[in-house]
Amino acid sequence: MCLAVPALVKSISGSKGIVEIDGVTREVSLQLTPEARVGDYVLLHTGYAINVIDAAEAQETLKLLRQMVSEVQ
Amino acid sequence: MKFSEEFRDPELAKRLLERIHRNSKRPTRLMEFCGGHTVSIFRHGLRQLLPKNIEMLSGPGCPVCVTASADLDRAIALAALPNVIVTSFGDMIRVPGSYSSLQQAKAEGADVRVVYSTQDALDMAKGNPDRSVVFIGIGFETTAPTVAAAIRQAEAEGVRNFYVLSLHKLCPPIMKSILDLGEVRLSGIVCPGHVSAVIGARPYDFIARDYRIGCVVAGFEPLDILQAVDMLVQQIENDQPTVEIAYTRGVKPEGNPTALGMMYSVFEVGEANWRGIGAVPGSGLRLNAEHRRFDAEARFDIKTRPAIEPKGCLCGSILRGVATPGDCKLFRRVCTPENPVGPCMVSNEGSCAAYYQYGENDGG
Repeated sequence: MCLAVPALVKSISGSKGIVEIDGVTREVSLQLTPEARVGDYVLLHTGYAINVIDAAEAQETLKLLRQMVSEVQ
Repeated sequence: MKFSEEFRDPELAKRLLERIHRNSKRPTRLMEFCGGHTVSIFRHGLRQLLPKNIEMLSGPGCPVCVTASADLDRAIALAALPNVIVTSFGDMIRVPGSYSSLQQAKAEGADVRVVYSTQDALDMAKGNPDRSVVFIGIGFETTAPTVAAAIRQAEAEGVRNFYVLSLHKLCPPIMKSILDLGEVRLSGIVCPGHVSAVIGARPYDFIARDYRIGCVVAGFEPLDILQAVDMLVQQIENDQPTVEIAYTRGVKPEGNPTALGMMYSVFEVGEANWRGIGAVPGSGLRLNAEHRRFDAEARFDIKTRPAIEPKGCLCGSILRGVATPGDCKLFRRVCTPENPVGPCMVSNEGSCAAYYQYGENDGG
């Protein structure tokens, strides 16, 4: 129910945006993420973006995970 | 980066699991609060891959599942009123109430329509100005801001025939309830990713501080969940319960202030009725005085008979983490996804549906 999927913002017009998910585009509301910009990924939930995905944090997490598993115990 | 496949890397998952096996020594019982986590854990077979000393319990984080029969009965009663269109997210339609379901009401002639978004319900109101459109507002802090946004839009556009039956519920207060009930002893909580995208991580601070139980906010891919388990294992082995965010790409400590502001511009905190737990003060959202005219309860005279729970159904105990689907005599024999008795079998993310689909706990 709290499912939210990453969606790429293709264009913005007022508080609406066109996003792409797996090659499919649709109109969504960006009312809850006024900071979203074209090229950002947002978390899309029931037609509304609920947060902008932090790309730098995503890279950081993957880096951290790789470090964690290579630590000598 | 697509922010999904990268977090499914099987090699990295294998090595994370090895690390968890190495580091986890104590008997550990974690609750994954969110139904979305339950589904992901089952889909990727994580329960079998974790060490034997780590037990994963499903929590009450499935809005459809925790909707009380009495509240469902009110939604069904609304659908029976003349000139009313009831709109709802799909899963709710099939959940049996005390005497009927929205699906059955629809079969009997009520106008019940499934929507993907509250936006669709609002558009339906605009397209049917002579009828009243009621949206059945279920969901946690993830969903409530979207419903609030639709109400604000209705207000701005002067839509007079759009109403919400607010059954919205809040996660931290019910976590407190479950801990206070004391029926399950937990070593850590995997906190909901998308609820936390809105509320942030600070509302869980009391759990680490007052109950000495660690909380880690997790995303929904396998690496996200394993990372959260790893972080909880560290906390548990070191006796240092704290609140951490594993899902940093989606969750900030302060959450999404715009979404929270939207939610509290329309709703105020009130009591909510939880299946299996009962009425919990401060665990729900109702429309505030300024927006009462959108409140379906204020607008319509909703009459229902006393609610009755489905006989033999253990959903309530399963939602509190004190029973598993295999303990239920109805599971698989009588209660199936095609013929669900309780909501935990209806919703995709209900524990019973997950156990059924992924073949666990046949109950002998």
